[in-house]
Amino acid sequence: MSTELLRVTNLVKHFELRNNKKSGGKKRIVQAVSNVSFTLDKGQTLGLVGESGSGKTTVGRCVLRLIEPTSGKVEFDSRDLGTLKFEEMRAIRRRMQIVFQDPFASLDPKMTVGASIAEPLKVQNVPGDHGDKVIELLELVGLAPDHAQRFPHEFSGGQRQRVGVARALALNPDLIVLDEPVSALDVSIQAGIVNLFEDLQKKLGMSYLFIAHDLSVVRHIADRVAVMYLGKVVEIGDQESIYAHPTHPYTKALLSAVPLPDPTTERSRNRIMLEGDVPSPINPPTGCRFRTRCWKAQDVCAQEEPVLLIRQSGQMSACHFPES
Amino acid sequence: MSEKVLEIRDLRVTFDTPSGPLEAVRGVDLDVSAGELLGVVGESGSGKSVSFLATMGLLPARARVTGSVLLAGEQLIGASNKYMRSVRGRLLSMIFQDPLSALNPVHRIGNQIAEMLQSHQDLSKRDAEKRAIELLDIVGIPQPSERATQFPHEFSGGMRQRVVIAIAIANNPKVLIADEPTTALDVTVQAQILEVIERVQERFGTAVVLITHDLGVIARVADRVNVMYAGRNVEQGTIDSLFDHPSHPYTRGLLASLPGPGKQRLKPITGFPPNMLNPPKGCAFHTRCEYAAEICKLDLPELQTFGDLQTACVRVKELPKAEIRV
Repeated sequence: MSTELLRVTNLVKHFELRNNKKSGGKKRIVQAVSNVSFTLDKGQTLGLVGESGSGKTTVGRCVLRLIEPTSGKVEFDSRDLGTLKFEEMRAIRRRMQIVFQDPFASLDPKMTVGASIAEPLKVQNVPGDHGDKVIELLELVGLAPDHAQRFPHEFSGGQRQRVGVARALALNPDLIVLDEPVSALDVSIQAGIVNLFEDLQKKLGMSYLFIAHDLSVVRHIADRVAVMYLGKVVEIGDQESIYAHPTHPYTKALLSAVPLPDPTTERSRNRIMLEGDVPSPINPPTGCRFRTRCWKAQDVCAQEEPVLLIRQSGQMSACHFPES
Repeated sequence: MSEKVLEIRDLRVTFDTPSGPLEAVRGVDLDVSAGELLGVVGESGSGKSVSFLATMGLLPARARVTGSVLLAGEQLIGASNKYMRSVRGRLLSMIFQDPLSALNPVHRIGNQIAEMLQSHQDLSKRDAEKRAIELLDIVGIPQPSERATQFPHEFSGGMRQRVVIAIAIANNPKVLIADEPTTALDVTVQAQILEVIERVQERFGTAVVLITHDLGVIARVADRVNVMYAGRNVEQGTIDSLFDHPSHPYTRGLLASLPGPGKQRLKPITGFPPNMLNPPKGCAFHTRCEYAAEICKLDLPELQTFGDLQTACVRVKELPKAEIRV
């Protein structure tokens, strides 16, 4: 029986845009995240998938309180992060970390890799000179102890991403937000990093919030999956149910758009081709936000916003006309 | 067999760098036939983009390009700049990953297409503009006559890539080279753009070279595929033979490293791509190959026919059968 580590309730994040001529002096608001709720259990992986502008990265940042949510609640280990004072938040940050997409931009080129990995220990005032801990961490992520003396430019993309992971592990976190952690890597390197995440979770038992647009990688690594569209979760549930029986038309279209590395399957597939692009989050469609691209849309979709309801195959989806 | 429109033989590209000469392309042979969609797959640094920039004559002057590139029988390597300018956009077009940087931000879309038409055809401004609107319609842009009067910033990423395709096919070129055309796009938009490329290929009989790192994209749209590694072509054949019976250990490794529907542990290729300033002797893949033997370190392997494929591996006949993907 697993227990809950993270609970996000009705999370909202709006970004205000500066006035300009085009807006006619009116304040324009980007509704990046609208009413997102989910939970993540200890030792589990929740995959957060969606296309650009779906709000998945903003959710990750709000969870870590790297940015302040506009409203809604983020509870970590039953503590409401929004009510914590600065010092209390600092203490809890030890237990939550992030790995970024670009291993070239996320490491200081002038610091040795060892110093980069030891930095979180210093910031959190962990006593000692950290040399042993750095070596332990390097070995944990599949690098060699003598790599500590080297600089980021001496490493390949995959190795740099391992350094990023070692740094995130330094304070033994309970939660790691992985924000597109393999998207910048070559295919043959990706697999090694995905394996590393799986091994570390088995060994150390932390939870992952795995943010990605690559549905095949998420299928492989996630226990549960939340599909986001234009700031909302449209479908959430077990990985098996979502991939085998998508019930939201957007999930279905998204899965059918992913090209599979098998020509025979590709030829026999019934592809759903979505028209147009994702609408602007400044002025999202009324009712269901997906209705402007949905082949099932009716009048009710424009008038009433669908709520997440449990479906036969076990997951929840927000649609007036779900697929069965 | 339809006519070969592009024949590349022993193409080599060397850059002089502060650390010495870097041979990015090391003897590539490749054919493209009319109406065919050839996929070129490889990882960063494999030389896939450089090969086709050389074909287009778009490499900086410090790049040394040798070998032969015949476009409909005409030699492009060593051709004058003037001749290459007349070829680009007329016989040979190329589109890139980032459509925004390919468009001029201060000119209307319709004019940019018309400019391409008028630079190679004797057309009045009016006719060129009319044709531009037709082209926008062909690539699936709704309300083409209104959209033609807009600027690039008024288009979404997917729509911009359609505009770039419209410019590239304006003069009905023999070959369209698409370098990672969907990598910057969301997956639902990628599906749309791939469909546009297929439509163009069918409608005009254009030969398409699609450069990508995504084997799924290859499986969806390509007829044949070339796999590149360390500046060489290591395997080529029809997509069915390549995906069903991959022979080269690198191709096998690539396919095996992709996540499938199950939860089985992934199999990465060990190590990392070679430093091209100092590539390994012999087969460049031997440092990462699970089947490598002493013989692999001797000579650069040439492509040899093996079943339905051509494979550059000296041990290909001795290798165990590749596991067929489920």
